[in-house]
Amino acid sequence: MIDELTHYFSSPSNREVVLESLGQHIYLALVPLVLGALLAVPAGRFAQRVPKVRGVLLGSANILYTIPSLALFVIIPALIGTGATASINVVIALTIYNAALLARPVMEGLDSVPEHIVTAATALGYRSRRRFFAVEVPLALPVLSTSLRVASVSNVSLVSVGALIGIGGLGRLFTDGFQRDYLTPILIGVVLTLLLAMAGDLLIVALRRLCTPWQRATSGGR
Amino acid sequence: MIITELLGWLSDPDNWFSSTGLLVQTLWHLYYCVLSVLVASIIAMPIGLWIGHTGRGGATVVVLSNSMRALPTLGLVTLFVLLAGIGEAPTLAGLVILAIPAVLSGAYAGVQSVPKDVRDAAKGMGMTPLQQLWQVELPNAAPLLFGGVRTAMLQVVATASVAAYVGLGGLGSILLEGIKTYSYGQTLAAALFIALLAVLLDALLSRLSRILTPRGIRVGRPAAAAGGA
Repeated sequence: MIDELTHYFSSPSNREVVLESLGQHIYLALVPLVLGALLAVPAGRFAQRVPKVRGVLLGSANILYTIPSLALFVIIPALIGTGATASINVVIALTIYNAALLARPVMEGLDSVPEHIVTAATALGYRSRRRFFAVEVPLALPVLSTSLRVASVSNVSLVSVGALIGIGGLGRLFTDGFQRDYLTPILIGVVLTLLLAMAGDLLIVALRRLCTPWQRATSGGR
Repeated sequence: MIITELLGWLSDPDNWFSSTGLLVQTLWHLYYCVLSVLVASIIAMPIGLWIGHTGRGGATVVVLSNSMRALPTLGLVTLFVLLAGIGEAPTLAGLVILAIPAVLSGAYAGVQSVPKDVRDAAKGMGMTPLQQLWQVELPNAAPLLFGGVRTAMLQVVATASVAAYVGLGGLGSILLEGIKTYSYGQTLAAALFIALLAVLLDALLSRLSRILTPRGIRVGRPAAAAGGA
């Protein structure tokens, strides 16, 4: 196996393909996560305040999350008129998944902020916008970060499906390997995907610890 | 323009009714998915229930089902076929393996969610461990148990579409053929059918889970998070 690996990596073009795919994979997984979170926070906040919207948002999020990725990758260009093999399709599809996945935890996270803390912040003179970003969002982070981890891990694994429509980061190694009946690139792709998922997960945990210092001070929570 | 391509493709009855048409491939897709989830349930449910009952090995189940999320299905499917050979059986075996963790963790989480005083009461009434599991823990576990099955089903519907790349039939094969021949109407039609199948199957299972859940514990408990793949 080691021999196979050294042989594979001895070719400069192989090294280039792997690095390029890895870079593209990171980009395709990360951008939707950020965009999805940016969409889910205002949507979740709005829905948290308006009960009618809440049901509609949760219902549609559930349905969107049900649609298989390969189907969504193909339906999106039809809806918005992008080219069938543009990488923006993958970005939009994963953004939809992430927003759908994060909408509920944003609501639940904001719900979990104790009412007396919000009242105290108001009494201290916080206007609603500043209170939201400085008090409510940070306190919702523990609930939110759990779902962010799920979203990031599933993004990393879903991006490779894009290879079937000609985009897809490390997924390219799978289709290449399959067409050439060559195991090594497939194994490299699987291992790199797993490592990438793990790295993203650890990064979110670290960021969360950094952003919620009070949790360590009071309970030593994870 | 895309819509006209779609309608154009759909207006040809051959694309619906031939042996590789939408209807037959939908049935194949359904067959692969139901079969895989059924086999996975037969394997994983007893194990999950037992692990939940005894509490031993629970951590392993959680780690297993969490790390499954990170696995790239396309990579697994291609790897599996290169190792085990092209054909329906190895690919279906791959689908079963993919479905197992979701069912397993649903069953485990279901039994774990049964309140401790309920279990104690069952034990106090002199039930044997098997009676406790069958008569008390299983009915109480039903909502989460079905949540696991729904997650598994969504995962399998999605993965079966991807597995068309390595030769499994079903709607994915129509979709991929459309990509290969630059027939966007065909690709889109297959994609819409896959999406529809996933949504309908999920709704059906949700309905089924409500029917099979004993009335006493049927209080709008949220289903376990679904997992599109």
